[in-house]
Amino acid sequence: MAILKKEEAKALLQKVLAYSKADECEVALRGEEGGNIRYARNAVSTAGDIDNVTLSVTSSFGKRSGTATINEFDDAALERVVKRAEELARLAPENPEYMPLRGPADFKDAKTYVETTAAMTPDTRAEAVAQSIQVAKEASLEAAGFIENTTSFSAIMNSKGLFAYDRDTNVVFTITTRNNAGTGSGFAARGYNDISKLDTLAATKIAAAKASKSAGARAIEPGKYTVILEPVAATYMLENMFRGLDARNADEGRSFMSKPGGGNRIGEQLMDEKVTLYSDPFHPDLPANTWSRDGFPLEKTTWVDKGVVKNLTYSQYWAKNKGVQPVPQPSNIIMEGGTASLEDLIKSTEKGILISRLWYIRLVDAQTLLLTGLTRDGTFYIENGEIKYPVKNFRFNESPVIMLNNVEALGKTERSISIESYRSYLIPPMKIRDFTFTSLSDAI
Amino acid sequence: MKRKDFIQLSAMGLGALVLPNFSAFGKSVDPSQFLNDGIDVKLKKQLADVALNAARGKGATYADVRIGRYLNQFVVTREAKVQNIANAESFGVGIRVIANGCWGFAATNVVTKEAIAKAAERAVAVAKANSRVNADPVRLAPQKGYGEVAWKTPIQQNAFTVPVKDKVDLLLGVNNIAMKGGASFVNSAILAINEQKFFASTDGSYIDQDIHRLFPTFTVTKIDRASGKFETRKSLSSPVGMGYEYLTPTADNKVGGVVTRYKDRYDMLEDVKNATADVDQKLKAKSVEPGKYDLVLDPSHLWLTIHESVAHPTELDRVLGYEANYAGTSFLTLDKWKSRNFQFGSKLVNVVADKLQPGSLGAVGYDDEGVKCGQWDLIKDGVLVNYQAIRDQAHIIGLDHSQGCCYAQSWSDVQFQRMPNVSLQPGKEKLSVNDMIKNVEKGIYIIGDGSFSIDQQRYNFQFGGQTFYEIKNGQIVGMLKDVAYQANTQEFWNSCTAIADKSDYRLGGAFNDGKGQPGQSNAVSHGSSTTRFNGVNVINTARKI
Repeated sequence: MAILKKEEAKALLQKVLAYSKADECEVALRGEEGGNIRYARNAVSTAGDIDNVTLSVTSSFGKRSGTATINEFDDAALERVVKRAEELARLAPENPEYMPLRGPADFKDAKTYVETTAAMTPDTRAEAVAQSIQVAKEASLEAAGFIENTTSFSAIMNSKGLFAYDRDTNVVFTITTRNNAGTGSGFAARGYNDISKLDTLAATKIAAAKASKSAGARAIEPGKYTVILEPVAATYMLENMFRGLDARNADEGRSFMSKPGGGNRIGEQLMDEKVTLYSDPFHPDLPANTWSRDGFPLEKTTWVDKGVVKNLTYSQYWAKNKGVQPVPQPSNIIMEGGTASLEDLIKSTEKGILISRLWYIRLVDAQTLLLTGLTRDGTFYIENGEIKYPVKNFRFNESPVIMLNNVEALGKTERSISIESYRSYLIPPMKIRDFTFTSLSDAI
Repeated sequence: MKRKDFIQLSAMGLGALVLPNFSAFGKSVDPSQFLNDGIDVKLKKQLADVALNAARGKGATYADVRIGRYLNQFVVTREAKVQNIANAESFGVGIRVIANGCWGFAATNVVTKEAIAKAAERAVAVAKANSRVNADPVRLAPQKGYGEVAWKTPIQQNAFTVPVKDKVDLLLGVNNIAMKGGASFVNSAILAINEQKFFASTDGSYIDQDIHRLFPTFTVTKIDRASGKFETRKSLSSPVGMGYEYLTPTADNKVGGVVTRYKDRYDMLEDVKNATADVDQKLKAKSVEPGKYDLVLDPSHLWLTIHESVAHPTELDRVLGYEANYAGTSFLTLDKWKSRNFQFGSKLVNVVADKLQPGSLGAVGYDDEGVKCGQWDLIKDGVLVNYQAIRDQAHIIGLDHSQGCCYAQSWSDVQFQRMPNVSLQPGKEKLSVNDMIKNVEKGIYIIGDGSFSIDQQRYNFQFGGQTFYEIKNGQIVGMLKDVAYQANTQEFWNSCTAIADKSDYRLGGAFNDGKGQPGQSNAVSHGSSTTRFNGVNVINTARKI
C-alpha cells in the first residue's frame, strides 16, 4: 500500500481524525517506493528496491503537543496511535511558540507525478545503466554512476478541516567517467520527474568527452579569475545560499541576510541587477509540491528581483512576532537567465576558467556566507574565446553573495541538480569575475 | 517530496535541526516504547530463515538479512524554549543476495513472513536484472557461521531510561548559563540512538546486537550589535558509543589548559560557561595574519583532520573506484601500498583501524555482513601498510578474510564498506601539551572542530576550528579569529614533529560520516593526543559583503 491515491489517503486520514479528543489534531501520511542501481568500474556494485509508509498523529491540548506514529492500519491500531499522541501531549512542556493549526485552504494539484516514471522496474534501471556502461567501454573509460527512481505521496489533514495531498515521481542520474591512467575525469548529472526526459546515453557521452579532454591538466597559479560556472557547478554553490533565506535568522543578526545594526536586508540591493530568484511550483520545467508542511498553499514567490531582496521565509510564529504575513518555505527555486548558450559565454571570455563541477562545499563563515570547496571533473583554461587546455583543480574560498555581485553574464536557464542533495533547480550557466581560488589541488 | 527535503541543517547548526512528524529518522513514538524489547530473538530467527530460504529458493547463492529496530530520541532547545522532542522508531527488514554472481537488495517495513519472502524474491530479481550488465561475479571472502551469538554496547545507563524531563532540565540549565553569561543565543540538544540489529546469513550466523550512542551538544552565539558581527562556539563534547553515564563527569575526566576539555565523560554545564566566555573573546580577537605557522592541534580538533585525510583515503572501495561518482577516489593507490615504502607521514605517525575501542562510536561485536570485528594497522611508522576492506574486496589486497567494516545506516539501506574508528596513536615519549607549546616560536593552538573540506582524492584540504590561540616564542599570547589552514595530506602528515603521550589521548567523532548513493550516515570515532605540525599554510577567512 506504499502509494495511496488522493481519495484513499483522505478516507484513511478522516478515519484517524475521528478518534481524536484533543483540542487540535493533525495527521500525516507518507509513502515511498522506488529503487536504485549504483555502478562503478563498468559494473553494478549495489542495487535495491525499497517501500515504506508511515502515519503520524500530532495531538495538542493548549500549547502542549505530542506525536506518535505507526505503520499498521487496522482500526484498533489507528485508535491506539491517536490515544498515544494525546497521552504524550499531556506530558509535554508548553511550547511558547506554538501556533494554532490552519483551517481549510485551496491547494492546486501538483504536476509532479508521471506514470511512466512510477512504472520503472529493476529491468528499466538495468537497461539505462547498460547503455551508460557501453558508452564508457567504447571510449576506453571507466564509468561510475547512480540511477534512482522514487514514487512518493504525502498527505496531511487536521481537525480544522485542512486537507492536502501531493504525489510525485523523481528520477536522478549521475555519471562519472575516468580514463584508465587516472589522469582525466568527467561528470554529468540529470534529474527529472519524467523518465522519458532522461537520456543516460547522451549524459554519459558528455561525461566521457570531459574525461578525455581533461587529461594532462596544467598547473596555473591560484588567484582571482573570471570563471564560467556550468549550471551543475552554480547550483551546488547557490544551494548553500538558498538555505539561508530565513527572516528569523536574519532578524536575529546571525545570517548573511542580517542588516548591520539590526533587522534584515529586505529591500536592499544585495546583488547584481542581473540576479532574479523566485519559486514557482507550477513552472512547467520544474513542477514542485503545491503546499508547505505547515499547511500553506505555495504560489509563485520572488526572493530577489534584479538584485534587490524582496522576500525571506517567515514561519507562522515569526510572522506573528513581526506583524507580517507568513511566507512558507518554497518547494523549488529558479534563477532567471539570459539567452546566451554556454558556448557564447566561452566565446565572450578573453581569459578565464570553465568550471564543470564543484565539490565538497562547506560553510566557512556564516556572517558573509563564505564557502570553501573545489573544482572537479573538468576544469579548463579559456583564452580569446576558446578552451585552450585543461588545468589542475583549485580550492576556492568565495561567498555566493559576493559572487552574485560579480556577474558578467548569464546564459540560458536549464534544469540542473545539486550534486549533494540531488534536488532539482532551474539555474543558468554564469560568467563571474574575480572568483577567488586560494590553492591548487592534485586531485583528478 | 523526498525524505531528505524534510531535514535541513542551516549554518546555525543543530539548533536549526527541524524534525518533522514523519522524518527520515523513522516514525515518532511514545518514549516508553523504547523500553520494550521489540520482537523476541526466536521470532527474529524464524523471520530471518524465511528470508534466507525464499532467496535460496529463487536461486540466490548467498543471502543475508538484517531485521533492524532503530530508536532515536532528539531533545532540541534554544534559550528558554523546548523546540522539539522527537522519539522515533524505524523497524523493518533488509535482504541482500547474490544471484547470477551479482548483488541485489530489497527492503520492506512490513515485518511479516509473507512480506519478507516477497522482499527476498525482489532482491533476487534485482540481482538477476543487473547480472546482464556485469561480467565478473562477486567474490566473497569465506566467512564461517558463528551460530547464535549476541553483543551489546557496555553501557552503565541506557539513555532511553532517563526521563525526557531530566534531559530538558539539563539543556535549559545549559542555556540559562549561556544567557546569563551574556550570550545572544544558545541552541542545545541531546541525541540518543539505539540500534537493535539482528543479522542472519546463509553462512549460518544469527547475530543479535544492541548498540547505543549519545551526543550532547550546544552552540553559543554572541552578536556585537554595534558592528553587526557575530561569533559562535560549539560544545567540546563528542558523540560517543556510551550511555547517559557520559554526562556524569568526575575531576579525572577533565583536561586543564587554556580551556577545559573532556576525556571519556563530559561536563556540559561547565563547558557552556567556558564557551560563553570564549565567544566573547572571539569577538574581540585579533584577525589572523596569513602565512606559515606551526600548528598545535587538540584532539577535539584533530579528529576531523584524521577522519578526512587518513580514514577516508584508506577506504579500499574509494581506492578501487567504487566511490568515484560521489565522494571520489583516493590518492593512496594500490601501487603505493604494494611498495611498502610510501611515506604517508613522518616516522611518528602510527594510525590504527579499530572496531572494538570502548566508548567509541564504531565499536560493535560484528559488522553488518556477519564478520567478527577487530583492529589492524593502517599507517606504521609513517608508512602505508593496509586499507579497510569488506568481504567482496578482501581478495584484492590478498586477504582471505574481511576486516569487518561493513555497515548500513538502517534496515532499508544496503550495507557497504564504512570506516571503522581510525585513530592516531599517542607519542611513545613522555610529552605534555605545555612542553610541546614551549618549543613553538610562531604557531597557533587550535581547539574544537569547525569548517572542513577536502578534494575528491584527499590531497588538498582546509580546516577551521572553534578557538584559536596565538603562540609566540613558546607562550600563548591571546586569541585569534578568521583562521583556516590549508595543506596537502602527505605534506601535512610528514610535517608532524611531535605527538603528546597517552595521558592526553582523547576521542572525537561524528554521527554523520556521509558516503554512498543513496547517501548513508556512519557513526565513527577518531582518537589522538595533541599533535604538532610544522610550517602549515594559514589563510584569513574574513570577508565583507
